[in-house]
Amino acid sequence: MRIQEYQSKRIFSHYGIPIPKGRVAINAIIADHIYEELKPDVVIKAQVLTSGRGKAGGIRLAKSAEQVEQITNDILGLTIKGMPVKKILVEEAVKIDQEYFIAIITDKDAGMPALMASKYGGMDIEDAVRENSSAIYTLPIDPLAGLLEFQVRSAALAVELPKQLWNDFADIVLALWKLYEENDADSVEINPLVISEGDKLIALDAKVNIDDNAIYRHPELTEYFDLEEEDRMEYQAKKYGLSYVKLDGDIGCMVNGAGLAMATLDLLSDQGGKPANFLDIGGGANSEKVSSGLKILMQDERVKVILINIFGGITRCDEVAKGLLSVFNNTTIELPVVIRLAGTNAVEGLEMLKNSGLIVVENIGEAARISVQLSTGSKK
Amino acid sequence: MSILVRSDISVLVQGITGKEGHFHAQKMISYGTRIVAGVTPGKGGDWVMDGKIPVFDSVKTAIEATGAEASVIFVPADHAADAIYEAVEAQLRYVFCVTEGIPMQDMMRIKRYMQTSETQLIGPNSPGLLSPGKIKLGIIPGEVAKPGNIGVISRSGTLTYEIVNELSKAGAGISTCIGIGGDPILGTGYPELLELFEADPETEKILIIGEIGGRFEENAVRYISQHNTKPVYAYIVGKSAPEGRRMGHAGAIIEKRAGSAAYKNELIKNAGIRLASSIEEIPALLLKS
Repeated sequence: MRIQEYQSKRIFSHYGIPIPKGRVAINAIIADHIYEELKPDVVIKAQVLTSGRGKAGGIRLAKSAEQVEQITNDILGLTIKGMPVKKILVEEAVKIDQEYFIAIITDKDAGMPALMASKYGGMDIEDAVRENSSAIYTLPIDPLAGLLEFQVRSAALAVELPKQLWNDFADIVLALWKLYEENDADSVEINPLVISEGDKLIALDAKVNIDDNAIYRHPELTEYFDLEEEDRMEYQAKKYGLSYVKLDGDIGCMVNGAGLAMATLDLLSDQGGKPANFLDIGGGANSEKVSSGLKILMQDERVKVILINIFGGITRCDEVAKGLLSVFNNTTIELPVVIRLAGTNAVEGLEMLKNSGLIVVENIGEAARISVQLSTGSKK
Repeated sequence: MSILVRSDISVLVQGITGKEGHFHAQKMISYGTRIVAGVTPGKGGDWVMDGKIPVFDSVKTAIEATGAEASVIFVPADHAADAIYEAVEAQLRYVFCVTEGIPMQDMMRIKRYMQTSETQLIGPNSPGLLSPGKIKLGIIPGEVAKPGNIGVISRSGTLTYEIVNELSKAGAGISTCIGIGGDPILGTGYPELLELFEADPETEKILIIGEIGGRFEENAVRYISQHNTKPVYAYIVGKSAPEGRRMGHAGAIIEKRAGSAAYKNELIKNAGIRLASSIEEIPALLLKS
């Protein structure tokens, strides 16, 4: 779960990491109030959970009240990588002498955290690495011992940080580690960490990404999760314990198991179809989960066909049928529904659905082909 | 014989009194797996499965009383890391963790802690192991597979059942089918299992069912190029998945190009491994060569 910059900065300041003065705004009036506190120069930054804000015109300098109003309205009108900008961060402009990149990430392949540091801060770090693979210094961290001071010094050395700033740097990086560990972060990043006015280190940007699997033990973080940023349907699915990802097509899919769900989407794409979503109802799903999943698909106005693909292992097909019927018996559904049930209690499940008007198919390939035909209106 | 475990190995189930643990312990017993004990802290002294299986408060006491060598974990995610530590500390030889959703930092600490142990951890988020007609550890439905000469290593559950079931219908059987798990940080990767299948006299062909995210398949390809002589077949799911979105499994997220299906497929083809570009092609591909 990614956390917005202004909230990530709030967490940074809890951990004593220096950040510029600033506050969040949702319109030009509030932005102007903040400007009055921070003037003469402020930076206005779009708050969206994506990279490339700068390039998209989402980070700009304002030097007067008129500019603040103009730029605020400009940025609030932007949509960056499909995400409409609803909030901006107004911050004091900081003089930049030098920029660094610092991150603590979870190296999943090594199964260890890693400290990353670069003297090429401020830009897209992946671009920097592509041009020069030694642009970034990476150091594995023992998850039992934690980040050690000598490791931080070796990072300072690697990025050629002036020695008089080593102590301040160590405080920041060790605080970042503490933040990572205590909040079950997947990654934490400062890009750039800047030297300002000769001797001050300041985190100009902040990215905190929390491990989804660990959110349950951090109720204090829920205030930071910006649900407006998430798709309404994704949020609703999560509440029911379903795994939903919105895609841009018109075939609504419901499958049990992540791997089988991906295989179903791949088959639809192979046939020239466009899935509207990924929806995994999980193993051992009960009838309530099935009916909640179906309701989410039916709410989606883009959906022209619904495809249900269940391979019953732990999941029982009669339980799936029960969930589907509980919806069909109360709602008239005008969309065609293609269903494939196999495995545990498939015969019982299909018997239950006999008079429900569903299009019953035998296997996953046929399910995909018929769904695509129905969605495109073509008969091959 | 199955890879990894003897067919008559004694097994305990951590979390046997929970709904999932109880249900699947019953299924494993029906399949012929020697489940000798259950562990649920606080329920020691109880008996389950019509009074046939004793429940213990700790893994250690269960081992002392029954000689169990392997464990299958069904403990909920918030206590599963603790259950793995307990199993490792008690020196069980094999631990299969079915539980999904263990925090990553817990998993990293577990992996580091296990560096000095002899325990082999499969998972987490693994459906377990099935050697048709011999043994079942975990949740893979026994009826999907019949005995044969194909060894299967997979990162997912239902997708594996689907494929193995189609193979059965086409007349192809399985020596052992094992799920390494859908999480980003796993106890066991492909190489260790590829080595076991290579040495297994009952396995003649190996099928890898991979997915997007991580470098697991990359490691597999490297290992196969250097060590495997038996024919290997591969299928990677998730080619239509968008970047940066978690597709159900915590491990199935394309974070870099290396995690994409296109990249993995390219590596597989370049290594001379037979690639199924669609799920429907798999049975024919395995049967024709």
